Amino acid sequence: MSSLAGFKINRSVMIVASLLVLVTVGGTYWYLTRPVEKESLIVSTTTSLYETGVLDVLKTRFETNNPKYNVGFISQGTGLAIETAKRGDADMILVHAPSSERAFMESGYGVNRKIFAYNFFIIVGPADDPAGVKGLGPVEAMLKIRDEGLAGNALWVSRGDNSGTHVKEKSLWTLTGLNLDEIKLEPAGGAEGAWYIEAGAGMTATLQLANEKDAYTLADVATYLKNVKNGNIQLVKVVDSGEATLNVYSAIVCAPDKSPRGRFEASMRFVQFLVSSETQTMLETYGEEEFGSTLFKPWVPELANPGSDIVTWVEEQAYFDGSECPTQYRHQAGSLYR
Amino acid sequence: MSWTPIIEGVSEAVRLILSADKTVMEITFRSLQTAGYATLMASLVGVPISVLIAMAEFRGKGTIKFLFNAMVGVPTVTLGLFLYTLFSRSGPLGSLGLLYTVPGMALGQAVLILPILVSFTVSAIESKGQELRDLARTLGASEYQASLVVVREAYSGVTLALVSSFNRAFAELGIVTMLGANIRGVTRVLTTAIALETAKGELGLSFALSFILLAMVLSLNFLISIFQEGRLGRQGWLRPIVGER
Repeated sequence: MSSLAGFKINRSVMIVASLLVLVTVGGTYWYLTRPVEKESLIVSTTTSLYETGVLDVLKTRFETNNPKYNVGFISQGTGLAIETAKRGDADMILVHAPSSERAFMESGYGVNRKIFAYNFFIIVGPADDPAGVKGLGPVEAMLKIRDEGLAGNALWVSRGDNSGTHVKEKSLWTLTGLNLDEIKLEPAGGAEGAWYIEAGAGMTATLQLANEKDAYTLADVATYLKNVKNGNIQLVKVVDSGEATLNVYSAIVCAPDKSPRGRFEASMRFVQFLVSSETQTMLETYGEEEFGSTLFKPWVPELANPGSDIVTWVEEQAYFDGSECPTQYRHQAGSLYR
Repeated sequence: MSWTPIIEGVSEAVRLILSADKTVMEITFRSLQTAGYATLMASLVGVPISVLIAMAEFRGKGTIKFLFNAMVGVPTVTLGLFLYTLFSRSGPLGSLGLLYTVPGMALGQAVLILPILVSFTVSAIESKGQELRDLARTLGASEYQASLVVVREAYSGVTLALVSSFNRAFAELGIVTMLGANIRGVTRVLTTAIALETAKGELGLSFALSFILLAMVLSLNFLISIFQEGRLGRQGWLRPIVGER
């Protein structure tokens, strides 16, 4: 051990040995913990569902009832979630942008759409409400924010990431009759920047940006409440519910002929599970403990009251040709639509 | 506000480590394992390539060295995107089922760190020079044995290359995000968990995970430095462990 060569060999042996131990321990750990002989079900899903933690609860419940399956969620914006499914890298999607959903099914990639929950988007802004929009409807509020934006008194932050929330925001701007491509470039009260700020980020990051800039933004209730609870933001709700801010969550299964992973049966089970009375009851109360307010409203119970406001709104905004899933987009649906 | 997330983060990190939180342990192990496999794969390919580049004379040698050096700076998202389209079910390698798996992520990281490993190793070997090999050859060593002598003399440089590569893989986010998609219990590693908790606005937990990541990097590097060229080892307090020269 006193010679140079001896020392070097000793050193290399020790390094090799420690590396070997590391790899062996890691490998064994992985071998023992990997999901053995389980069928993996990959669900690409919107961030607003994922970040509330509701999907983790669903995963646990589903896997308890169906020990054969292992559910993995990929949390993405609706636009990317659909793209992932089209590439064949996910087995089903949970999203909230009816127009994109329709396109997904029309192109033959998706079948058996099922609405399972809804809630309302809200417009949040600084507590002192510089644009004075509190109590207005969403469309009037956005028009007023733009006016005040032009005068240099208010700012608007957009997700700008093709997520479900972004799609909704764009459709609200369409309802105002303004041209989004033009207003994007409008300067704020003669100042350098525009009053319309594109974040290109997730909901939490966008809320934080709006918070820093004292700006208004469109948010989903769940992510907003979570950030308020964490003390990340001081923004307050200025526009709340109403027909135009309806947010409908649905599940779509990837068409088996376009989905090389071959998890059609597992996906159908998961959809059945989502609309089961057990899950629907859970959704009704989810969030009360953690956020002090429920986050989602189950959809299936609403069907018992045809003609109610909410059913009419969903039919108008999230039904295609009078159905949540027209027959040409159904595939071996079994009892799903009965 | 202000310092709260950082302070919370430190105490949360300590709590998670002391309580041996199962999820955090699992994520940390997966990080180590992915980066470990990646370093193993990259070194199996990279070290022989480096020896070849450093010791053989051939046309285009300069170009190849330049390419490897340039590739060190490739953005991880770009590489991740490229590999994602390869590994995707609708991509050319889709049938291998590598997407959203630990081996897939490790392979991606191996591709990322290969240029670092090769660049560092080549310069380590080259610095030890041609003379040593010639000397070994005149002493009757075969070409292969002479190469081994040089690699052994360039030992500390090669170790540095391996360690740097491992660190790069361990702390990397772009590739594991694209190829692993941060699926809980399957492909979630430290960096993707940090990104997720930040996206969720859980800054305290993000910091806690970051501190765990830093602690892992520091202690690994400390361990290596004990065995390394002996800067710590041969002087004073670690001598009983590593022995005297």
